[in-house]
Amino acid sequence: MTVLVGGARDSSVVAWRNLVTIRRNPDLLLGAVVSPIVFVLVFAFVFGGSLGGDGYRHFLVAGIFVQTVAFNSAFTTLGLSSDLTKGMIDRFRSLPMSRLAVILGRTVSDLVVTSVTLVIMTGTGLLVGWRISSSPLSAALGYLLLLFFAFAMSWIGAWIGLLCRSVEVAQSAGVLWLFPVSFVASVFVSAQTLPGPLRAFAEWNPISAVANATRALFGNPIQPPGIPPATGWPAEHAALYAVLASLTIIAVFMPLALARYRRVASR
Amino acid sequence: MVASMFESRDRAGPAVRAEGLVKAFGSNRALDGVDLEIPAGTVLGLLGPNGAGKTTTVRILTTLLRPDSGRAWVAGHDVVAEPDAVRRRIGLSGQYAAVDNNLTGYENLYMVARLYGMSRRSAAARARTLLERFRLAEDGGRPAKEYSGGMRRRLDLAGALIAEPPVVVLDEPTTGLDPRGRQDTWDVIGELVAEGSTVLLTTQYLEEADRLADTIAVIDAGRVIAEGSPDELKARLGGERLELVVAEADQLPTARAVLAEVGSGEPTVNYQLRRLSVAVDVGPKALLAALRRFESDGPEPDATGADAVRVLDIGLRRPTLDDVFLALTGHRANTGEDGEDGA
Repeated sequence: MTVLVGGARDSSVVAWRNLVTIRRNPDLLLGAVVSPIVFVLVFAFVFGGSLGGDGYRHFLVAGIFVQTVAFNSAFTTLGLSSDLTKGMIDRFRSLPMSRLAVILGRTVSDLVVTSVTLVIMTGTGLLVGWRISSSPLSAALGYLLLLFFAFAMSWIGAWIGLLCRSVEVAQSAGVLWLFPVSFVASVFVSAQTLPGPLRAFAEWNPISAVANATRALFGNPIQPPGIPPATGWPAEHAALYAVLASLTIIAVFMPLALARYRRVASR
Repeated sequence: MVASMFESRDRAGPAVRAEGLVKAFGSNRALDGVDLEIPAGTVLGLLGPNGAGKTTTVRILTTLLRPDSGRAWVAGHDVVAEPDAVRRRIGLSGQYAAVDNNLTGYENLYMVARLYGMSRRSAAARARTLLERFRLAEDGGRPAKEYSGGMRRRLDLAGALIAEPPVVVLDEPTTGLDPRGRQDTWDVIGELVAEGSTVLLTTQYLEEADRLADTIAVIDAGRVIAEGSPDELKARLGGERLELVVAEADQLPTARAVLAEVGSGEPTVNYQLRRLSVAVDVGPKALLAALRRFESDGPEPDATGADAVRVLDIGLRRPTLDDVFLALTGHRANTGEDGEDGA
């Protein structure tokens, strides 16, 4: 019990410290705020024209939400790697504090950043004509699912960040793997339009599940205009699969990140 | 008083003890059997060049690294078996001040205090006390990135003292500081020592160890090669040295004979640089005696030919880390090249 209380207190101290850092350096938010706006506008109007106009935009926006919260993990990678190279992790490790707090504090503060990002993207989405057409409760569940998935992805980012030897490496390592993973999914297009192996990957990609589940909860179309509904277990149980996948990610990457934190040496 | 919050076994025995610490990184044996003992309330200066194993030793003692073999105890607690107990009893100030540049001085200390488990209120009070004590009170509200190197180091030091730990570890506290920052840091460490903390101080500077440490352990290639009080070590080096550079190589033997006369030991000769040096008991007296012998327009010609020696440079020099190494190992501290031979 005292372990849990101490862990929660230490994590909140670390999260507070991370948020103070962002408040003092608002430019750190540039990537988190501007790039989703750019993504929504570019995809809505550049791709939207050929892919089905308004109908496509209703399908697209929730997908971009998911992609953006998945990229949340890159912020975790960068933040932890920067703490590592600056010697902060050494300082933390020499303190009698919870072993988990540095990472948990980081994933929590990144979740706060993601919430801000989601607000901005919602505004941009509404501007391009996207609407939520479900009940407020259902919409709230949609946002909760997005945040939970962001939190899960953050743990992958934490593990990668603690593996990186320098901030420069972390900068690319943090996003590189996300591009294929987030594009080979039902984010911008339907998984069903992809060729063989890519299609199987996309169907079982948790990002597809989160996107489809969010679309359902927002009352948005699950498929782009003119594409038949998806079949298969992940598509038919999108919400369940999204939650299970997020839980699995946390269950795998939390211990990995923690083990890495215990042995990591910053120089 | 400080230690009163810890169990009584903390006070029995030395504050820090290490036995046969070995740590290898790949094929590089960073530590090759380090033994150390720091009695409570004393300062041990761990003196050595870059790469000698100072930081590795510190990282093992502060639980940041596990030794491959050997054991170590801090305040009676095993660093491998009871890392949390050790962390509660140790304050670390690193070589690269681990200060969060985005936080203010006050916020940095408050954060560390909270992470030691203090309540919000006592953390705030403790942060203010330490800012005051480290002469940072006026700048406590400024982000640490605006601090000078010396201020940042003081802040890092304050962070190490948050929980009034019985053992303080200072890893090269003045490396990279300008003379003023170094002086500032020395003053602060001096106060700490006066209060009776046990301190492990690593340094590359003999002067620093001399000034602050009760005992100096000289470390080289992962081993402690000498240990003793600063005076004992300097006695082994012969204290001050008289150094001389001559214009012509063929004058070296004559000059060497003069140095042997005025000095208290065997002169060393570097033929390439045409430089000689010798340990002296009373520096100024030996310097004057040597100058008189080399004086070319003296009252009578010198039978040894000393007055014909053209002296380019002559002076007294205090022993440096290099001299310590030369005396103890026969090689120079950082380059590993052979020392000057005594012939």
